[in-house]
Amino acid sequence: MNSTTINTINANSLLQDFDLFTDLYGKQTNYFQEIRKFSADKFNVLGIPTQKNEEWKYLNLSPLFKNDFRSVSHTQAFEIDAASAKQFHLCGENAIVFVIENGRLNRAASNVKTLPKGLSIGTLAELADDARVQKHFAQHADAITEPFVALNTAMSFDAMIVLLDEKIKINETIQFAFVTNTNQENISVPIRVLVIAEKHSECTVVESYHTLNEQHKVFVNAVSEVVVGEEARVHYAKIQIESENTFHINYHQVNQAKNSYQHITSLSLGASLLRNNLHIQLDGENCTTYLNGLYVLSGTQVMDNHTLVDHAMPNCYSNELYKGMIDDKSQGIFNGKIFVRKDAQKTNAYQSNKNILLSNDASINTKPQLEIFADDVKCSHGATTGQIDEEALFYLRSRGIAEPEARALLNHAFAAAVINQVESELLKESLLLLLSRKLRVMEEV
Amino acid sequence: MSEDLKILDEVTQSEYKWGFVSNIESDNAPKGLSEDIVRFISEKKNEPSWLLEWRLKAFRYWLTMEEPVWANVHYPKIDFQDIIYYSAPKAKPVLNSLDELDPEIKATFDKLGISLQEQKRLSGVAMDAVIDSVSVKTTFREALGELGIIFCSFSEAVHAHPELIKKYLGSVVPYTDNYYSALNSAVFSDGSFCYIPKGVRCPMELSTYFRINSAGTGQFERTLIVAEDGAYVSYLEGCTAPMRDENQLHAAVVEIVSHTDATVKYSTVQNWYPGNKEGIGGIYNFVTKRGICAGDRAKISWTQVETGSAITWKYPSVILKGDFSIGEFYSVAVTNNMQQADTGTKMIHLGKNTKSTIISKGISGGKSQNSYRGLVKINKNADNARNFSQCDSLLLGDKCGAHTFPYLEVNNKSAKVEHEATTSKVGEDQIFYCNQRGISTEDAVNLIVNGYCKEVFNQLPMEFAVEAQKLLAISLEGSVG
Amino acid sequence: MLTIKDLKASVDGKEILKGLNLEVKAGEVHAIMGPNGSGKSTLASVLAGRSEYEVNGGTVTFEGQDLLDMKPEDRARAGVFLAFQYPVEIPGVSNANFLKTAVNEVRKSRGQEILDSKDFLVMMKERMKLVEMDKAMTQRSVNEGFSGGEKKRNEIFQMAMLEPKLSILDETDSGLDIDALRIVSNGVNALRDGKRAFIVITHYQRLLDYIVPDFVHVLYKGRIVKSGTKKLALELEEKGYDWIKEEAEALNA
Repeated sequence: MNSTTINTINANSLLQDFDLFTDLYGKQTNYFQEIRKFSADKFNVLGIPTQKNEEWKYLNLSPLFKNDFRSVSHTQAFEIDAASAKQFHLCGENAIVFVIENGRLNRAASNVKTLPKGLSIGTLAELADDARVQKHFAQHADAITEPFVALNTAMSFDAMIVLLDEKIKINETIQFAFVTNTNQENISVPIRVLVIAEKHSECTVVESYHTLNEQHKVFVNAVSEVVVGEEARVHYAKIQIESENTFHINYHQVNQAKNSYQHITSLSLGASLLRNNLHIQLDGENCTTYLNGLYVLSGTQVMDNHTLVDHAMPNCYSNELYKGMIDDKSQGIFNGKIFVRKDAQKTNAYQSNKNILLSNDASINTKPQLEIFADDVKCSHGATTGQIDEEALFYLRSRGIAEPEARALLNHAFAAAVINQVESELLKESLLLLLSRKLRVMEEV
Repeated sequence: MSEDLKILDEVTQSEYKWGFVSNIESDNAPKGLSEDIVRFISEKKNEPSWLLEWRLKAFRYWLTMEEPVWANVHYPKIDFQDIIYYSAPKAKPVLNSLDELDPEIKATFDKLGISLQEQKRLSGVAMDAVIDSVSVKTTFREALGELGIIFCSFSEAVHAHPELIKKYLGSVVPYTDNYYSALNSAVFSDGSFCYIPKGVRCPMELSTYFRINSAGTGQFERTLIVAEDGAYVSYLEGCTAPMRDENQLHAAVVEIVSHTDATVKYSTVQNWYPGNKEGIGGIYNFVTKRGICAGDRAKISWTQVETGSAITWKYPSVILKGDFSIGEFYSVAVTNNMQQADTGTKMIHLGKNTKSTIISKGISGGKSQNSYRGLVKINKNADNARNFSQCDSLLLGDKCGAHTFPYLEVNNKSAKVEHEATTSKVGEDQIFYCNQRGISTEDAVNLIVNGYCKEVFNQLPMEFAVEAQKLLAISLEGSVG
Repeated sequence: MLTIKDLKASVDGKEILKGLNLEVKAGEVHAIMGPNGSGKSTLASVLAGRSEYEVNGGTVTFEGQDLLDMKPEDRARAGVFLAFQYPVEIPGVSNANFLKTAVNEVRKSRGQEILDSKDFLVMMKERMKLVEMDKAMTQRSVNEGFSGGEKKRNEIFQMAMLEPKLSILDETDSGLDIDALRIVSNGVNALRDGKRAFIVITHYQRLLDYIVPDFVHVLYKGRIVKSGTKKLALELEEKGYDWIKEEAEALNA
């Protein structure tokens, strides 16, 4: 341990049910047990980062670890049924929806008809024998240096796996609704996803994060790995609408092979403390990748968005747009890096971060970064913090719209620009609705 | 393009032109650093006890500090006991006129192209010349004195104006600020002091030329500029050093205080020896520069052209305390061969309606690494603060790196902060276009890079702008490919 | 002045010019017309020495010198000027500064005296009138933020400043309205003095109403397939290119 980590009993308590899980993991092969053991050891060494660690400079984790989080029970009976699960559906009637309650797959609440040919979805235990799973599971998200990835790898239970065969295109959206529903205090819930889209395949995946029983403090620790094969196209969304008592840290790792396309939208509305890590690894030539994020904060929320686009190969294109609206006493953080390696000539990489502060007690810390080691590139980033356009406000008012409505209209327009990038119309509608709901609450306060 | 690259390679042979050593007899302290050395320096300079005490406090504090390590700058650990902390040209009686100046020193300045005589006669720039940390000559004193302007060496100021030094020394950069400012506070040997009284507009550019001459020495000078209410001064700083195989440490501190309605413009053309092509030798340039806009409508403007040093680590900063105060930072940083530069600024907005502008142009060639690192902080009470930053990087080869690390911290909703950065290379179509009009590739690169740096050069006083352009051309030679 | 013999050139491995012959004498104006993709702009680029274009055969002699062996800037200094179809923007470099550098480089190579700022300004003022350019444009960065017409006017202005022996106008009329076309043409005509030669590359006959050529050539599939006088251009205007294509194909068959 060094000065850049918190070493407390509380951190270690996160691992205390490790052995208990080992029994529960009985169905899994020794291979996965070894990964779990390795990761548990890593977490013990890494500890919890402090703000002296540059990557955690603006995010204070000590409020999180004042609490003595225990692992969620794996025997508690499910409470959500198919009818009550409807509230979590965001992608229309035809979507394939899996409900994961407290980190375990609740099949009864899920809305899964027969899966189309070439698509398999199940838990790690169910799909552990598949060679693709063995090849990719826990191989991309960095459990060596990222403590929360290590912790997750050691403790996650029902990892959800999506296997998409070559040339298969799935029209229905695949949604994972992760619902925390506990009547206990200080529960930690690990969540894990692996999506493998093979050559020439295409799919849309949505992860949504919800809370029932909002009064209890929970720590949600999620890790997703997305493997995009050659010429494959993956559309992704991560929707975060958890309770104000939720601490949420997630890592989303995407690895793209040549000529592939990836589009991810991250919508962050909930949680008291939220850290999103998004790492896009461009491992093949001619990849295209879009990263869009919107974070809307109120009350005393803290949200930290860390993104990294690693251009390892030539001729790739990346485009990132992250927007933040920060109200009340909340704190927004954006840290985005474009990394262009020596061989990644002809890279085109763009990043834009725009923020609006709505209150004098709100703050935003942004750190857009470029690290460029190849010369024949076009890279740029821009970051702005400001207010809504006064000219536009005046224009609206001169057409008879009262100032509060005009402001609300412009605020919504500012934020909706990100959601409008979403390709699925049904999902877009749901997200706009979620956004309006949050903005309305903010206006009322 | 390969043909063009070849041409550029052919002109890489230009050596560092200021790499001569002057045979000036110097008076050195023994190597190493201890309380005794601090006392030795203080005694050499005949200092009052309050200053010795301040130095010792700084030294003791320094002992408790850890040498910083930076993510993007790499160099072997410095042995602080292997440095000579005081080196002065052998004492001569007080000079009555320039003619009495040591002929070797005069020759040195002639080689630098800054003959003191010429300067005095022609350009109307008042000069302070600092060789190996000791001020050797200040020109134009009398003329400035009539206006109440004080422009002299730091050591003189300690004796002649102790009340001013006591009031302002360490007021902007306290010795506790960082490792190198603590070191400087303990061992600084000289520097320039400049004081512009209330309402006075300094009629000429004030200038200090810094020169490291002796081997094995570090240079630790200290500059303090105070502009009283409504005063104006434009201050220039130039630096060169001989070519030596060893790395030499330059750890300076510059403090600026700009009071109500005062304006201080500080321009630097930094051309310390950058080391040879393999990265042997060169100056470690670890400098703390900071100004405070203490009163309303005060203004501080930093302009720097950084072409030298093996490693540059400096962030000329402005604390915008007064309402409506203005901070500016214009920078061109060129790195070639094995040079590393990590430079930028900090704009700390405390007052209301404060405004800051950052224009940074990084140009990397060879195997160099060039980083912009900057902080814009808008404090909670800084209503209507404005910042605009533009940080561009130009890559002239595929073995160098360009990095941008801006930190933007906004705690006030009425603030407007805008940051933009781009990284690109000189366009082949631009070069071809110039070629087609009869301009060689080498000149084309120069022309385009000069155009790219124009916003910054425009901020420099005339004489400096010309020098900066020449320096840029020399620094760029051989940078492509 | 210019002799092109059996010129073959390719770009990205694709052969565009397939044995082109052309002779241009001092004082002559040659128009080169042809359908899209016939190689018109390739010819201009090859003559100016753009490195993406590979010469696979043939010779180009300019005033006794092997033009193909010369670097682009040396061609310019020798007196070859290309008015670009798409002039590039160079931020931060003022038009005036750029031109002064260029003019003096060219003058130097011709053994002419270098112009000082004053003389240069006088010359610039005088030539600006040719293309009805206002002073503000010379203060701006090269082509940055210029409209299409401004860019083309700036090209002709540069031509007037550099006083080339041979000017190649690459679709200078594209994207110009009738007024701009008149201004540009007047600029060109003012420079015709019986010694200077011009190669006017264009898609439309329209330009040739303003700049009247001595010869008109039709380029098709990388070769000049028909040459004639101004009448040929009018014929093309009337009948299009198809009959030329048919003739050429018949000849090849």
